[in-house]
Amino acid sequence: MADITFEGPYGRRPRSRISAQNIVIYSVLTLVAIYYLIPLYVMVVTSLKGLPEIRMGNIFSPPIEATFEPWARAWSSACTGLNCDGLQRGFWNSVRITVPSVVFSILIASINGYALANWRFKGSEVFFAVLMIGAFIPYQVMIYPMVILLRELGIYGTLTGLVLVHTIFGMPILTLLFRNYFTTLPEELFKAARVDGTGFWGIYFRIMLPLSVPMLVVAVILQATNIWNDFLFGVVFTRPEYYPMTVQLNNIVNTTTGVREYNVNMAATILTGLVPLLIYFVSGRLFVRGIAAGAVKG
Amino acid sequence: MAKSRASGRPFRLFRNINAKLAAIPMILTAMVVFVGFSAWTITYSFTRSRLLPKLDFVGLGQYERLWASDKWLISIQNLVIFGICMLVLSFVIGFLLACLLDQKIRFEGVFRTILLYPFALSFVVTGLVWQWILNPDFGIQSIIRGMGWQSFTFDPLNDGRIVIFGVVIAALWQGTGFVMVLMLAGLRGIDDEIWKASRVDGVPAWKTYLFVVVPMLRPVFVTTLVIVTAGIVKVYDLVVAQTGGGPGIASEVPAKYVYDQMFLNQNLGQGFAASTMMLLTVAIIIIPWAYLEFGGRRRG
Repeated sequence: MADITFEGPYGRRPRSRISAQNIVIYSVLTLVAIYYLIPLYVMVVTSLKGLPEIRMGNIFSPPIEATFEPWARAWSSACTGLNCDGLQRGFWNSVRITVPSVVFSILIASINGYALANWRFKGSEVFFAVLMIGAFIPYQVMIYPMVILLRELGIYGTLTGLVLVHTIFGMPILTLLFRNYFTTLPEELFKAARVDGTGFWGIYFRIMLPLSVPMLVVAVILQATNIWNDFLFGVVFTRPEYYPMTVQLNNIVNTTTGVREYNVNMAATILTGLVPLLIYFVSGRLFVRGIAAGAVKG
Repeated sequence: MAKSRASGRPFRLFRNINAKLAAIPMILTAMVVFVGFSAWTITYSFTRSRLLPKLDFVGLGQYERLWASDKWLISIQNLVIFGICMLVLSFVIGFLLACLLDQKIRFEGVFRTILLYPFALSFVVTGLVWQWILNPDFGIQSIIRGMGWQSFTFDPLNDGRIVIFGVVIAALWQGTGFVMVLMLAGLRGIDDEIWKASRVDGVPAWKTYLFVVVPMLRPVFVTTLVIVTAGIVKVYDLVVAQTGGGPGIASEVPAKYVYDQMFLNQNLGQGFAASTMMLLTVAIIIIPWAYLEFGGRRRG
């Protein structure tokens, strides 16, 4: 124990509140945090200004006269080439896509994970490995055959088709989450239920599903955010009247006709980001758990 | 461990039938969609398919055309620049931020929440916000000119030579928080004893980070690398929203090339060939990793 420069041998890296090092750490973090918040701030500020004010001022100046008119226009009358009924159509499409996709993908993946964790059969690990490696295949490789499949099923261009696509492509990550979760549950639970004569589905619905509520919450957060934010599947697999919000947003903002209404564009952008942001800020640590569990254990 | 349940009598189709029925969606997804569809696309990439897929083989013709196409070459070049910038910067910044957050500071939760929130937003939203901030007439350029520096020029989205860096700026804002969180999770997994030991030996903190912690975090780095790289290859909506591939074709990326060929130009064969090249790129990264991860030591 030579030159020790800290107080006490067993501290959790103790440090006085105000040291030079702390000042550096806090200032760097604060600057980075400000940088990260700037786009959000610019979005909000721009969406509350009138067009003349935007043309005069700079993007950082707060609105002199805040107006919610751009928000109203973005929601109900912004134009996407053909129709001018605003983002609301995309919003409701996204709701009608996200809700069933989240439910189906999680239900199916949790059953898969349960079968993989507790009822392994010959080959089950092979299929699982294929599923995990398949998760890295770029979607571009599979979208055209998927178009053909959906067309053959008669659901190409519909919301049902898109829900099926989300259920399929959400399967690897969710199956992994549930499989890992179920393997951590004590095996005695499963064995006791088996001894009592409970079958595959009985154990799933009466024991495993109720026990997996924490994982279900994480999975819902993960899937709801992913599916809401999807662009590629929306644009490939749905007809314009069923476009999800992200696709419609892009069409509104990047339309080449007419005057560019920057305030309406930014209001529309915020509206589209609002749902995942709400999920994020409300769920807090669970969101982090979702992405970390999916990534680190992968 | 669970294996003993399934064993006992020799394998039969109807043993454990419920589990097999329950696994059908997974098996179909794995074998039909992931294996089958990929094989289909690879097969048709050797055909003359244009508006409709047809088995009229032309050998490597589509690939020759692909690698002779300016748009594809620019796409690849952009992907390489974008990928290197993203990997290096998101790793360096993400790791440094994770180290800062790991200093037992106050308000850690607040900082983490702020640094990660862009990751919750879609690429479309990210692209559109940065399109606005980088707008030459109203954004950063005009503000700095307004401060008196009239000759200041920063207009990446309208300058083909640097447009891809404009996309990098947006992508970094969106994705660095994610890298940081993974690294932070890794740092939290490091035993406190290491810190005590290095402090007892009088090793400065930065040296401990560089020579002890970084090697210990290797698995986290590898996993993050794989995930970030797989995301880089897929980059599509960010470019569509932020630049639309422009100016001209200066910010095209492979994923957009595939979409455009398949759904806009009715040139399916080109789309299949290009997507097969994307698959090949990912395979070069994934196969060695998967081999290490699942091949040698089996865990769980």
